[in-house]
Order: sequence, then structure tokens, then C-alpha cells
Amino acid sequence: MKQFQYTVKDPLGIHARPAGMLAKLAKDYGSTVITITKDGTTVRAAQLIKLMGLAVKQGSVVTVTAEGPAEEEAIAAMRQLFEEHL
Amino acid sequence: MVVMQGKGVSKGIAGGPIYFLHRPDTAIADVPAADLEEEQARIVRAQRDAAAQLTDLADRAREEAGEEAALLFETHAMFVDDEDFTQCMRTALEERGCTAERAVELAGEACSAMLAGVEDPYLQARAADIRDVTRRILNNLMGVEERGVDCDVPVILAADDLSPSETLQLDRGKILGLITQGGSSSGHTAILARSMGVPAICGLGEAMGPEYSGRVAYMDGETGQVVVEPDELTFAAFQAKRDSQREQRARLETMRGKPDETLDGRKLMVCCNIASPGDVGDVLANDGQGIGLFRSEFLYLAASDYPSEEEQFQAYREVVAAMAGKRVVIRTLDIGADKQADYLRLQKEENPALGVRGIRVCLNRPEVFRTQLRALYRASAYGRVAIMFPMITSLWEVKACKRACQEVMAELEAEGIPYDKNAEIGIMIETPACVLLAEELAKEVDFFSVGTNDLTQYTLACDRQSNNLGNFFDPHHPAVLRALKLAADAAHRAGIWIGICGELGADLDLLDTFLAIGIDELSVVPAAVLPLRARIRGSIAKTCTLDRLEC
Repeated sequence: MKQFQYTVKDPLGIHARPAGMLAKLAKDYGSTVITITKDGTTVRAAQLIKLMGLAVKQGSVVTVTAEGPAEEEAIAAMRQLFEEHL
Repeated sequence: MVVMQGKGVSKGIAGGPIYFLHRPDTAIADVPAADLEEEQARIVRAQRDAAAQLTDLADRAREEAGEEAALLFETHAMFVDDEDFTQCMRTALEERGCTAERAVELAGEACSAMLAGVEDPYLQARAADIRDVTRRILNNLMGVEERGVDCDVPVILAADDLSPSETLQLDRGKILGLITQGGSSSGHTAILARSMGVPAICGLGEAMGPEYSGRVAYMDGETGQVVVEPDELTFAAFQAKRDSQREQRARLETMRGKPDETLDGRKLMVCCNIASPGDVGDVLANDGQGIGLFRSEFLYLAASDYPSEEEQFQAYREVVAAMAGKRVVIRTLDIGADKQADYLRLQKEENPALGVRGIRVCLNRPEVFRTQLRALYRASAYGRVAIMFPMITSLWEVKACKRACQEVMAELEAEGIPYDKNAEIGIMIETPACVLLAEELAKEVDFFSVGTNDLTQYTLACDRQSNNLGNFFDPHHPAVLRALKLAADAAHRAGIWIGICGELGADLDLLDTFLAIGIDELSVVPAAVLPLRARIRGSIAKTCTLDRLEC
């Protein structure tokens, strides 16, 4: 299992556009499960609507976890996406 | 005559018959399904069709209404395939044994409720998106086509509310304006209407009902007023406003490509302020003569660690290359404790406006400064870069900045990396100290650019973040304008140019004063370029006075 914590900087938080990008990326990794946790609630990154329902705002701290055969690669890709877009 | 008041969300005047949008009847009976497998297959087909339609709409939006609208439909396409949404449909089918239609309807309600329950206007708007997507899938299931506007003459379209896909699917040639009972200014309909250039008013409430269909009305997207069957006087007022707006737009269009020159031949440069490479399109579309302020903060504030030289270089080069030889003034990192990213670890300060900010941050962190300067100089090989340092108060700071530039140029020279050794170096005039030292500073640099918000704040001892200062915070204050004149005189004596990149630059009331002071460049938001040019071209510089300086 690989994970990292991230403080969201985007003024809108995880809004529709980045949520869509996260969901798409998560689907690309198939059997490697990527989850996002905020305040004790965990959703899979592929669950677009639930992910938005987490209401992640600017300043929110989220934990991103990847578990499965391609976890190294998946977590690196997630980290890059967060840093570039969130 | 009936007068209604709503909220104007997209400017413009329109007049014509009202057409109240009829929605296809989509009442769904809650009856048991005959064959659940068949119902499941129907859902899958309807979802697939919906996704394809939305992808097409996204392409169309990209051409007609811009990237923002396109992304909206791409998100909708993803909602169609959302796992939980799909799972909700399947569960409804299996547990209730209902029809595909009913299952989709239930799933749409469940998923939109998931977001609508969160106290956040943004997410509540997404709930509306899910309802929009649900309706699309339902229409596909029932073979219903949204008819849109079914009439021959252009109309003012009225509706209870318009979803983004409905708005975009409207035949633009037939729509004079949009008026809705519900909706808000942050809604997508408003955004789409603005990008399509159609006047729109939201929030008219029940007052705007289907009974007005076919009756002639006038609407003003600025004031939010709709008048049905206006009397002669009101009609004349609407006509006059519409004509003057049309005339004004046409006049501004003629300004494109014209020089920024007064009637008596005084030349100015009207340039633009931008905050990211994405803004360059607006600069070109509004015919800015260059970029007078490119804020580099976006690279730092959006990141979770220091942006690399390469990353910065790419961003600067993109802008510089797009401006094709026109001057691009790039300001080095201008942040302080009030506006910062975690990784910068700036110490919290009681009074960040007077703390470690602007050039002070860079001079304290030579490595950060060097990385940015390297990126800037590398980008200078691709066009005309000018480098500007913010928050200067002392001569030694400017000398230190210039030394840092020399070092970076020497490095690039040694590494054989191309750069422009004549790239201009300038400073922001934002502090009274800088104004008082303008003579000496002007001998060190190639240009001055005045940041009027900060200059006002520091000159008048008024915190620009404070909301209670009212009249005390006055950018038109004679002290601020005299400071401008002192800086301009010093600049001109040293043979360098001076611009204004603060908000005041776009203040048409002050244009005469700026001409009298002898300002050479005004850098403003892209939308202000043509109105400013029109005003300049109607001005006579030699008759402008320094009255406002009260001296």
C-alpha cells in the first residue's frame, strides 16, 4: 500500500473538472484500487459523484492511497495530478 | 404593460415575442417491468447514447461557446457512466422490479440528493447537472426529442429553468434573449449566455408564466428588467438604450488595429495584465499592444513545491512566443504572508503588507530568485521579455537584482543557452520610498510601472484589504497622483518610460490626468483595451491639465 497526504490549494477544491480527471485516472489503473480520504470518509477515486460529495475545499487535507499490482505507478500519477491541478 | 424584475446575468437589450418553452411530457408510470434483463439492456443503450450525445455537444460547445462550456459537457458525459449512478439504477431495477425509466428516475434523484444535501452552492449546482443528465437518459429511453424552439421568428425564450444542454442546443439565430423563473448568476445558463453574447435574466419567479407566450416584451440584461407590452415611453427608452449599446459596440470594433494616439499625436501603449498563459487569447482578441504585467504567482501558488526552472520556462515561453515580438513584462514572484503556499513557509506576520513580501522574499532566498531569473532569461530568446521587480524601496535592492540578472546571464552564456542580453529590466513603483528615490532609481533601470493599489495603500496608510476605510482609501487622492507625477518626471529626465499596471490605468476619468503627467503606457484588463483606446483617440493631450493634483 502506498499513500500520501495533500493539502488542496485550488480555490474551488476538488470540483467537477479535477474530480473527472481523478476518476478517469483511477479507472485506467483497473485492479489497483485508489482511494481518497477526507475527515474519516473514504471513497474510491473512480466514484466521481461521491468524490465530489466529499466537498474537498481549498485547505482540506486528504489522504490518497493506492493498493494493488501497480500501486507505485498509480500513486506517482496521482501525486502528479494533485500537484498540477489541485 | 407588465413590469417584472429579475436578476440580470448577461448584458444586452432584446425585444420581441416571448416563447415559453414546452417540455416534452415525461411523466413516468410506476409499473412493474415485464422483462428485467431487457430493461437493463435498455438502460445500457440509453446511457451509451447519452454519452455519445454529450461528447458531440462538448465538441460543439468548444467551437461555439469556448473551453469552459466544453468541459462542462465532458463532465456530464462522465456522470452518465458514474459507478454509483449506474449501480443505483441496477439496484432499483432489481429491488423494485420497475421499468428502466423509473429506475433511471430514482437513481437520478438519489445521486443528485447526495450532492444537494451538502451545504455548498457549487455542489448544489452539480446536483442540477445530474438532473440534467438524468433527463437526457430518460429522453433517450422514451424516444423523446427535445424540440427546442418551434417557431419561425426570433423570440425571447422563457422557461422555468434552462439546463446547460438546453441552452447550448438552442438555435442561436432564433433566440433574442433568455428569461427564466429560477436560476442564479453563477449557474451555467448565465455563463453560456454570456459566452454566446445573448442577454439573459434569471430569477423572475412565478411572475413569468406560460400565459405570456406570444406577447411582445423588452428585456434589459443589465438591470434585470422585463417589460411585457411596454407603453410608448418605456418602449422608446429601451430602443434608445439598445441603439446606443449597438453603436458603442460598433464604435469599439472600429478601434481594433488602430494606434493608441491622441488627436494631437501623443502616442501611448495600451497593454494588458494577465495572470496565466491561458489569458493570452483575451489579449490578442482585444488587440492589446503587449503585456504590461504578467503575474508569475500562479506558478507558485498552484504548486505544492517550488516550480522548477523548466516548468517556469515553458509557461513564460508560451506567452512570449504567442505575443510574437510584442513586449511582455513579467513580474518576479510577488507574494507575502497574506498570499502564500505552504511549501514557502513564510512566517506569519501581524501586518503582512509591511512584512517580507515581493522582492524581499526573493532577495532573502537567492536560489528561488535565481531559478526564476534563469527561466525568464531563457524565455527571452523567444520574443521580447522585460523583467520587473515588485515592492522596491531602496537603491541597493535594485542593484542586488541587477547583479542577480548579470550572474544568470553569465551562467547561460557559459552553458551556451540562448537569451536576450538586452531584455529590459524595470521596477514597480508601489512605495513612497521609491517615489522619493525615483531620480536615482531611474538611472538604474529601463522602465517604471506603477502599481496603483499598493501605491495608494502605502501613501495613504490605508490597508487595501480593510473594508471599513471607505472614502479614506482614495486612489484619486492628490497625494497619489502627485507621486505618479514625481515618478514620471524622474523617469523622463532619465530617458526611460513609465507605465501604470494597477487598476487605476483603466480609469477613464483619469485619462486626462495621465496624459498631462505624461504616462507612456497603460496596462489594463483585456476587456478595457478598446474602450480605453476609443477615449485616447478622442483626447487632446496638450489641453489636459494637472487640476486633479491640486497644486
